[in-house]
Amino acid sequence: MSEAVSTLKVSLWRGGSDGRFKTYTVPLKANQTVLDIVTWVQRHLDPTLSYRFACRVGMCGSCAMTVNGRPRWTCRTHVTKVIQNGMLEVAPLANMPVIKDLAADMRPFFEKWVAAHGTFAASKTRTDAIEPIKPDEPARRAADEAIECINCGACYAACDTVRWNPDYLGPAALNRAWSLVNDVRDSDRTSRLAAISAEGGCHNCHSHQSCQEHCPQSLNPTRSIAGLKRLSMQAFVRGEINA
Amino acid sequence: MSASRRTYRRNILWNAALIHRLSGIGLAIFLPLHFLVLGLAIEGAGRLNGFLRLTQMPAVEFAEAGLIFLLVVHFLGGLRLLAIENLPWFGGQKWIATAIAAVSGCAAFVFLVRVL
Ligand code: SF4
Ligand code: SF4
Ligand code: FES
Repeated sequence: MSEAVSTLKVSLWRGGSDGRFKTYTVPLKANQTVLDIVTWVQRHLDPTLSYRFACRVGMCGSCAMTVNGRPRWTCRTHVTKVIQNGMLEVAPLANMPVIKDLAADMRPFFEKWVAAHGTFAASKTRTDAIEPIKPDEPARRAADEAIECINCGACYAACDTVRWNPDYLGPAALNRAWSLVNDVRDSDRTSRLAAISAEGGCHNCHSHQSCQEHCPQSLNPTRSIAGLKRLSMQAFVRGEINA
Repeated sequence: MSASRRTYRRNILWNAALIHRLSGIGLAIFLPLHFLVLGLAIEGAGRLNGFLRLTQMPAVEFAEAGLIFLLVVHFLGGLRLLAIENLPWFGGQKWIATAIAAVSGCAAFVFLVRVL
């Protein structure tokens, strides 16, 4: 463990949506992540501090919080890279209800994932022969480009369209839908397109690209949603889905 | 509540979206006025001439340069959005958005230099 060189004042959100920031002084160490700081406060200063994490290596997507006003995955965010004027302010993710302290309620986020038909619907059974999928086919490439989402919610918290229209499905759910409509093995394409074209669907997106800017996985939901808008229009013109 | 500073908005593309929205509102307000002036021209030369004298005032000319900026920035910004949504994806969006703002500023500046 590296030695503490100095201290840092960190403001953490405490309480529910009507809570407030509380400031703590914590030792600043080398290679410290924002999640390390939050954990230090809970272990040394206040065991009632609530927050969420699991993998600590950027895989599970459970640790995203608002760090100095921007949504970030805290387990892979180095403190020294995000300190502003010697200050660190950590709040729960925006655009979601607050459970307590730094834990946001991600239920609406995942409910929209379901509403966008974010589940793979198999077109074959286990008795069928395995369908060969060529990795370099255009549709497979499009699916692959969008597939590495870890459901962290950073894009959703950065999207002002979600902020203004709580019914908007949001970048992550739509990005997932794009991955699935490009999966030739999936059998739910038409009804998924209908779901993402309905009210609150892809046509609400203003192409701000804030989602792309903040995705820690460097995904591009704006591109995925633009693709969905085109497919949705084509399906409408063909009469496959209704307005 | 938290994130009162909303620093996630401090990036070029968010500001490009803001400028696109504001320039759209500005044009929506300006265009009816523009047609009103055209209407004056149809109605009678006297009233139009009075109005045109007004437009020679420096303050009005500055405002017109501002309108040129709004028009160009909204037009080019709209083309960028159309391209994003209808063409295969291409990178360099921040660069393009910055260039659009610069071109629009230049257009307004050239207009000002010519009229002043
Ligand atoms: S591009 Fe669409 S989904 Fe992404 S932040 Fe903007 S409005 Fe939200
Ligand atoms: S698209 Fe990116 S930012 Fe959004 S939930 Fe998935 S990994 Fe997180
Ligand atoms: S704790 Fe799993 S992504 Fe951060």
